[in-house]
Amino acid sequence: MATLRTTQARISRRALIKGGLAVGTGLVVGFRLPVTGRGTALAQTTGVFAPNQWIKIDRDGLVTIVNSVVEMGQGSLTTMPAIVADELDTDLAKVRVDQAPANPKLYANPVTNTQSYGGSRGVRDHITMLRKAGAAAREMLMQAGANEWGVPLDDVTTEPDAVVHKSTGRRLPYSALVDKAAKLPVPQNPKLKTPDQFRYIGKAMPRRDTPLKVNGAAIYGMDVQVPGMLIASIERCPVFGGKVKSFDATAAKRIRGVKHVVQVSNGVAVVGDSFWTVTRGRKALKVEWDEGPVAVVSSASISQGYEAASGQTGQVARNDGDADKSLAAGGKTVEGIYQVPFLEHACMEPMNATALVKPDSCEIWAPTQNPGGTQITGARISGVPVEKVVVNTTFLGGGFGRRGEQDFIVDALETSKAVGAPVKVIWTREDDLQHSFYRPATYNIFKAALDDKGQPVAWWNRVVGPGILIQKGRAQAGTIDGTAMEGARNMPYDIPNVRVEWVHKDYGIPLGFWRSVGTSQNAFIVESFVDEMAHAAGKDPFEFRRSLLGKAPRHKAVLELAASKANWGSPLPAGRARGIAVCFSYASYAAHVAEVSVAPDGKVRVHKLVGVIDPGLAVNPDQVKAQMEGGAIYALTAVYYGQITIDRGRVKQTNFTDYPMLRIDEAPVMDVHILNSGEAAGGLGEPGVPTVAPAVCNAIFAATGKRIRQLPIQTDLLKRA
Amino acid sequence: MITLTVNGKRRQVDAPPDMPLLWVIREKLNLTGTKFGCGVAVCGACNVLVDGSPVRSCVTTAGAVAGKKITTIEGLSAKNDHPVQKAWIELDVPQCGYCQSGQILSAAALLAQKAAPTDADIDNAMAGNICRCGTYQRIRAGIHRAAQIKKEGA
Repeated sequence: MATLRTTQARISRRALIKGGLAVGTGLVVGFRLPVTGRGTALAQTTGVFAPNQWIKIDRDGLVTIVNSVVEMGQGSLTTMPAIVADELDTDLAKVRVDQAPANPKLYANPVTNTQSYGGSRGVRDHITMLRKAGAAAREMLMQAGANEWGVPLDDVTTEPDAVVHKSTGRRLPYSALVDKAAKLPVPQNPKLKTPDQFRYIGKAMPRRDTPLKVNGAAIYGMDVQVPGMLIASIERCPVFGGKVKSFDATAAKRIRGVKHVVQVSNGVAVVGDSFWTVTRGRKALKVEWDEGPVAVVSSASISQGYEAASGQTGQVARNDGDADKSLAAGGKTVEGIYQVPFLEHACMEPMNATALVKPDSCEIWAPTQNPGGTQITGARISGVPVEKVVVNTTFLGGGFGRRGEQDFIVDALETSKAVGAPVKVIWTREDDLQHSFYRPATYNIFKAALDDKGQPVAWWNRVVGPGILIQKGRAQAGTIDGTAMEGARNMPYDIPNVRVEWVHKDYGIPLGFWRSVGTSQNAFIVESFVDEMAHAAGKDPFEFRRSLLGKAPRHKAVLELAASKANWGSPLPAGRARGIAVCFSYASYAAHVAEVSVAPDGKVRVHKLVGVIDPGLAVNPDQVKAQMEGGAIYALTAVYYGQITIDRGRVKQTNFTDYPMLRIDEAPVMDVHILNSGEAAGGLGEPGVPTVAPAVCNAIFAATGKRIRQLPIQTDLLKRA
Repeated sequence: MITLTVNGKRRQVDAPPDMPLLWVIREKLNLTGTKFGCGVAVCGACNVLVDGSPVRSCVTTAGAVAGKKITTIEGLSAKNDHPVQKAWIELDVPQCGYCQSGQILSAAALLAQKAAPTDADIDNAMAGNICRCGTYQRIRAGIHRAAQIKKEGA
């Protein structure tokens, strides 16, 4: 039995890799798709115990668990099934994992009701449902075992993959109980484990995908191959929102291997036998564009517009006491203006998708964060009923919010439909940087008043910028966009008079969700300004924060642990200084202490970052650390380099040459600590980002006396004459 | 027709000599472990080894490497057991994994040159490879661990 189980587990693993890429049967990362009707899953119902959509156990004892949360590097393929396996009490190492198809009726996130994965919602939104799914299956197997022996349910327990009679030690493997358990009713409120009973949750678990990612076997969207597939690349209007006026494909069509040149909604697609061919085709293409109204917009005009708008009263997002009155009352005041730029996600895998649209069918293979949205897009473009649209989610070469969008899916669907063949649309890096959905640039004013003991009595903050949700039509114009205010309106410090306003100003630059979204910028501005207040009060920045966090115990706990692990206050080598910051985001609490030096030429070096996260419950602690490590590098890249600038409606940056990424020789030593508070599970993918920029910039101030109020850091300002 | 020696096998490829090696490997030889990242030789995702040295296949023409020994990630070991691969698995280095083929080949080339690389050696050898997930700390630890594994196995 064990041998057979191992063999099958191996087959399943192989199905995940290249050898198993049975294209045309709907298999990309090795899952059977009941929705295609072409797999054998439905026919296998006999002899399979499948109490819910997440679990299947067959007569050979092979346990299959479905993972719905797309794998973009965060470890969902490992972590999510482990939650089920823990409650089910099965040997995690032998479990086969299938990636869920798009089928929101079965696999939607129970909180958002969609199959769209962002907002650090993997563990926190699914954990209760998945635990119940596992526990229900276990209880049914236990009942089946108890029935076999004619003993009460209370007299049996489980060991991995077997029901055990407590008093006699008799055992029945799950495999032997499959048929009997399948006939039992599914318990609606199964008994869940207590944390001390967890076998996997909170323990080390090796990533299921690592072996595939060290030998080239993992299949990303870029690697999908479909018989008869053509490759396409799309020439897009350099100006946002621009349209094709006319195009001349004569020269492009002369290139050997170019097969079609077709207009699609995002531009002109050159379709051929190779990416190399079609990129040369694009260069030979002549397109006349109608550039549209955004062609007059530049970064300078946006900044000026923001600055002008910052004089207007905004919508009031928070109003405790009377901050205006308190500021006018005299005493010590502190003021600061902070600016952050547009940013692009820069996933390592450029955008791409593959589609096959036929008159009566539609199949998509894509590295998408949004399989549910992809299915809807497929239905819209193909005309095929939504439940018949097959979506195969591959591994994602980075997501960071970018891959929740539909533009690259639209590209593949429209091009396939136009040429009547399966098409993979591949973006160049230049396309990827210049035609994205950007983290908003904002302009922010702060004012604060301190009493004669240096205690803050007023906090006044006006944020000027666009709203992601409003631009996308997901929030009403004229209301406060939640993404613009997250991290600003809920700043945690206990100050009697607080006013936070938002002025909505949108210049038509496409906006998107960038890892940690509004908090990515608002933690920088809030935590930098609190630092300004601490220095103005003549107080230690850590102690100043701590004294104001009496009503925010979880903030306080992560802040204190970070300070303690970083030996806050202890001497450092000459030229080095520390900075600290704390923030709540995505239901988790995080703090960072940065240790920084600034060279005479102004170049900043972050030597060490101590990070602390309280995610409530860390299901997969090593991957929680990995997300903290990775989030810090993501944030540091923005601190050092991140800046998308607009010139006449176009993005100026072209590639990693002028939109650089942090490299290994610039990466600090990172020391991550997890504070398991035992509270409800929080987010993990994003909370590691927001506190890094302010911790670093606060350390720069401590080292140099110069306050960074605009990102990325302009090293010229830090140069010592 | 070009003749290429890839992962120890001689392959006849119907491609013009000025076609970039990356796309010959990916589209003509169906070895998709070598990745497209930037197309301008600055990210390292497309690294392959040519006669043992890391080369950016996105800007190297197929014609330029005819007759040379090309190793892609698929050819680094038969059983996923090169010391770098073992160390990467042990430490769970990859996150999204897209850059890791290039990272691993750079690391393997470094270890072939230096049995016990220092942190400075690692900075030098690995600074050409971008990882957007930010796995640098584990890459560094992984190279040190791989050096140890190699030494133990020798």
